Amino acid sequence: MLYFIEQSLNGVQLGMLLFLLAAGLTLVFGIMDLVNLAHGSLYMLGAYFAATFAVLTGSFVAAVALALIGSLIVGMVLEVVAIRRLYERSHLDQVLGTFGLLLFFNEAVRLIWGPAGMTLALPAAMLTAVQIIPGVFYPVYRLVIILAALAVAALLYFVVMRTRLGMLIRAGASNREMVGALGINIKLLYTLVFGLGAALAGFAGVMQAPILTVQIGMGENILILAFVVIIIGGIGSIRGAFVAAVFVGLVETVGRAFLPDMLHRILSTNAAATLGPALSSMSIYMVMAAVLVFRPEGLFPAASR
Amino acid sequence: MIKTTFVAAAALALVAGPAMAQQKTVKIGFVSTFSGPTAVIGNDMRNSFELGLDHVGRKLGGLPVEVIYEDDTQKPDVGVQKTKKLIESDHVDFVVGYIWSNVLLASLKPLVDSKTMTVVTNAGSSKFAGELCSPYVFSTSWQNDQTPEAMGMYMNQKGIKKAFLIGPNYAAGKDMLAGVKLTYKGAVVGEEYTRWPDQLDFSAELSKARAANPDAIFVFYPGGAGVQFITQYVQAGLKGKIPLYQVFTIDELSLPRLKDLAVGIPGAQEWVNDLPNAANKKFVADYIAKYKKRPSFYGAQTYDAVGLINSAITAVKGDLTKKDAMRKEMEKADFASVRGHFTYGNNHIPIQNFYLQDAVKEGDDYVLKTVATIVKDDQDRFHDKCPMK
Repeated sequence: MLYFIEQSLNGVQLGMLLFLLAAGLTLVFGIMDLVNLAHGSLYMLGAYFAATFAVLTGSFVAAVALALIGSLIVGMVLEVVAIRRLYERSHLDQVLGTFGLLLFFNEAVRLIWGPAGMTLALPAAMLTAVQIIPGVFYPVYRLVIILAALAVAALLYFVVMRTRLGMLIRAGASNREMVGALGINIKLLYTLVFGLGAALAGFAGVMQAPILTVQIGMGENILILAFVVIIIGGIGSIRGAFVAAVFVGLVETVGRAFLPDMLHRILSTNAAATLGPALSSMSIYMVMAAVLVFRPEGLFPAASR
Repeated sequence: MIKTTFVAAAALALVAGPAMAQQKTVKIGFVSTFSGPTAVIGNDMRNSFELGLDHVGRKLGGLPVEVIYEDDTQKPDVGVQKTKKLIESDHVDFVVGYIWSNVLLASLKPLVDSKTMTVVTNAGSSKFAGELCSPYVFSTSWQNDQTPEAMGMYMNQKGIKKAFLIGPNYAAGKDMLAGVKLTYKGAVVGEEYTRWPDQLDFSAELSKARAANPDAIFVFYPGGAGVQFITQYVQAGLKGKIPLYQVFTIDELSLPRLKDLAVGIPGAQEWVNDLPNAANKKFVADYIAKYKKRPSFYGAQTYDAVGLINSAITAVKGDLTKKDAMRKEMEKADFASVRGHFTYGNNHIPIQNFYLQDAVKEGDDYVLKTVATIVKDDQDRFHDKCPMK
């Protein structure tokens, strides 16, 4: 049981990370109707910024803060320079355009930081595990990720539901021409939303950087999971992204932890070891397929979409 | 006037053509990974190969050298495609390289079928050492199982009674875990194979290892994945609680990134930077002078390929058509290897020593040091399955 709790926490932690990534993706996809394959590049840039600023400032907290600001700025500049031209185009053009950006960012990172990758070292205080309930030890840093993502989720909820900016974002999602007609600067709004999405992706990258190494293309695999999350959760819905992210994280991790052992009882070690991870990663896509069949709009469709 | 010159040149080229086919240069195809995160390994191999060529005056057996580098992108299908291109359209005399066992296994058939002289400088699949061995294919590394077998012996010496094994789910990962299980005499309380190469978060596996409460964890993760595994192992608070024993996870490429996290974690290896022989001292010193960093075992093995090929071409006095004479010469391993002298088994896998290495901090620098010899003149256990005698 205690072991199950620990593995569930691992699942929740992965879910939180997916949420940070999916929240930005779903905002941009849902509100601006833009398929952004370069979202993973912003995640990668966040991680590279954090690793670089950590070297420059020597402080982990300062590195995180500066990386967030850096991602926000890159996101806004990117929107003005390139993304803006894609809104009127078809989804296929957007996929091609943002895929080009993805290649551009990978190559730019290779030129600036080199191919070897970087590491973001944690402060010594976080290099340990704490006993959260008797018998369950959990790495401090992974707890930090869970708490930070929860804080971001709360903040995002507050901004979208309780502030004027959030009201405009929701209005823009339901009818962008009308918002424009009411005298709102929709261009600026979109730049802000894209910047916010970029900052969220950057934050996910920053949080993941100490666990994984910072390297070229690090955002590409996880972006696929983030797309699964927003499809299950409902495109444009932050609440849906949250629920679906935790769900996907749990299915992926708990499946990885328990499926091989369960299969082991009926199959040989080798077959079980091959089948276990394959089945657990497949299970996510099976859930997605089921959602697409029974609720094509996702579990929590955004209002009036 | 221009026309005449052109015709003359063409005529000259026609005359020169057959003469050039008589081999006035050695063409070497080099297959490794030069893109993506594991490009650091390929670059280290290329650096070492280039340094090796510098050391022989960029001539092998008196013939000038042309090297064609090909990127396998760590994918078996790309590897076999590049290998076929080197054989069929570049007509190379030697093929060198291969980091990954799965890439090698895919590429082996065209190499063997075309009887291309091949020197594999890292990958060491068990099948390659056994039933798929071939007269013209040599290794300057090891068979996968050998290094973990040495580690298993060391774990016995340390009195480990319960061990938890973790590795990636591909050809080399399976060989490595099989290798340690062969020599390690205690109980294996858990065995995890993770998705390769895309799974980089090992939270579930580390939780499992903690729950199994072993005396030790044995791990194999090459390249960047090794950095990630060690980092997460330390972050989980396991360092100092459950000791880690590794093969190919901490090397000269990952150590500068791991720093303190890696200090004190033992490993087994057939070559370490500080091996006290003349060839190695020259290799390491010149590598550091040229590239401003230390070479890794991947590089050392690739540097040895230059010596091996040089000995073969020298023996046939530059006549590259005498493949069997070259093969006979290579079987003697008559060159100054950076790991000290070794011999070849019937399957063309080195019979060699394996050392215990430790990661230590020296001033501000982190280095790998030889601590002891775990096993002398070790031969892989698949050589019996190789039909060559």
